[in-house]
Amino acid sequence: MYGSVRVLMKVLWAQLLCGWVLGSELTFELPDNAKQCFYEDIIMGTKCTLEFQVVTGGHYDVDCRLEDPEGTTLYKEMKKQYDSFTFTAAKNGTYKFCFSNEFSTFTHKTVYFDFQVGDDPPLFPNENRVTALTQMESACVSIHEALKSVIDYQTHFRLREAQGRSRAEDLNTRVAFWSIGEAIILLVVSISQVVLLRSFFSDKKTTTTRVGS
Amino acid sequence: MLSVSAALLLTLAWVHQAQTLYFHIGETEKKCFIEEIPDETMVIGKYRTQLWDKQSGSFLPSTPGLGMHVEIKDPDTKIILSRQYGSDGRFTFTSHTPGEHQICLHSNSTKMALFAGGKLRVHLDIQVGEHTNNYPEIAAKDKLTELQLRVRQLLDQVEQIQKEQNYQRYREERFRMTSESTNQRVLWWSIAQTLILIVTGIWQMKHLKSFFEAKKLV
Repeated sequence: MYGSVRVLMKVLWAQLLCGWVLGSELTFELPDNAKQCFYEDIIMGTKCTLEFQVVTGGHYDVDCRLEDPEGTTLYKEMKKQYDSFTFTAAKNGTYKFCFSNEFSTFTHKTVYFDFQVGDDPPLFPNENRVTALTQMESACVSIHEALKSVIDYQTHFRLREAQGRSRAEDLNTRVAFWSIGEAIILLVVSISQVVLLRSFFSDKKTTTTRVGS
Repeated sequence: MLSVSAALLLTLAWVHQAQTLYFHIGETEKKCFIEEIPDETMVIGKYRTQLWDKQSGSFLPSTPGLGMHVEIKDPDTKIILSRQYGSDGRFTFTSHTPGEHQICLHSNSTKMALFAGGKLRVHLDIQVGEHTNNYPEIAAKDKLTELQLRVRQLLDQVEQIQKEQNYQRYREERFRMTSESTNQRVLWWSIAQTLILIVTGIWQMKHLKSFFEAKKLV
């Protein structure tokens, strides 16, 4: 009986530990004059990192604010393009971080953020892990950490590239639009100049001869 | 020993329930998230909703009867998933084209404003690519040792990096095409505008000269 209970508990541990959120990475659109807040319950002593980057929109800046469960502001920056903030949770409770685009009147912004809470859970729910890692295993762990930072750099590179690409596409449509517009304005103005000039002379036909003397 | 372990398990179960990112959503509000991913990448999204209870002044632990509508669009704005789920749901999709996929959520309830003061708490967790792999399950299924599992994890990570690099090459090509198109447009439209300017200038002078000659002013 105890044997099967133990097996059941091992399975439950495995379920729990693999179900734990390693970190939340989201990209969302922030309309103008809007504020979007996210909340997370954190245990005291956990090391957390909040990283954000503005992907598209206006001057690529946003206000960010991080508060602890009692409302004390841990991090507050106005009009930042990209930043990373690491802190250790001093209290148990709900931490709140908000992104605000309230200073902008008509530009939507796309914001990416990555909120990492604690370390990754272990691959195996090894409760009786008393021996140290072998050389192979510690090599695997260091490669894993290095690859994680490669993926992180790739993400940031992708976001910067998305920024550049959206600006280039914007420029492309604007160039087409304004070139056609200017050509039309040019034609309209030159034709109306001639028409207007003609109208000056055709009305005052009788009066010009008298002014000349 | 067993009771201590069970107590710890229960505490962790509570923390697990609480330990997801959440945000508040209004009644008819639609919240969209963008995932820019390479092709053949799996995305798993899990959400849990909690309704605000005016009487107790807190959020109820679960909301039977409340549903969320999930809509996923691919980079060509074609809808690849549009389904209604319950108050707790899990959705999965695999991308077939690389690019920006949009995941939109909105509640289907119209009674929220009456009972809940219009506040709904949504816990959301979106995992992409190699984060979707459930390693203890893979270990049990393929009977891998710890070292083999670690190597499998490294292989998955490297595969994801490879896919991302491929996608990066495709994006860079699009960027280059856009820049070259802008370059061409600027060149041809500048030439065209200069020509229009010269032609209309010549036409204006010719037309006015003939007009004044007809009026016997010149």
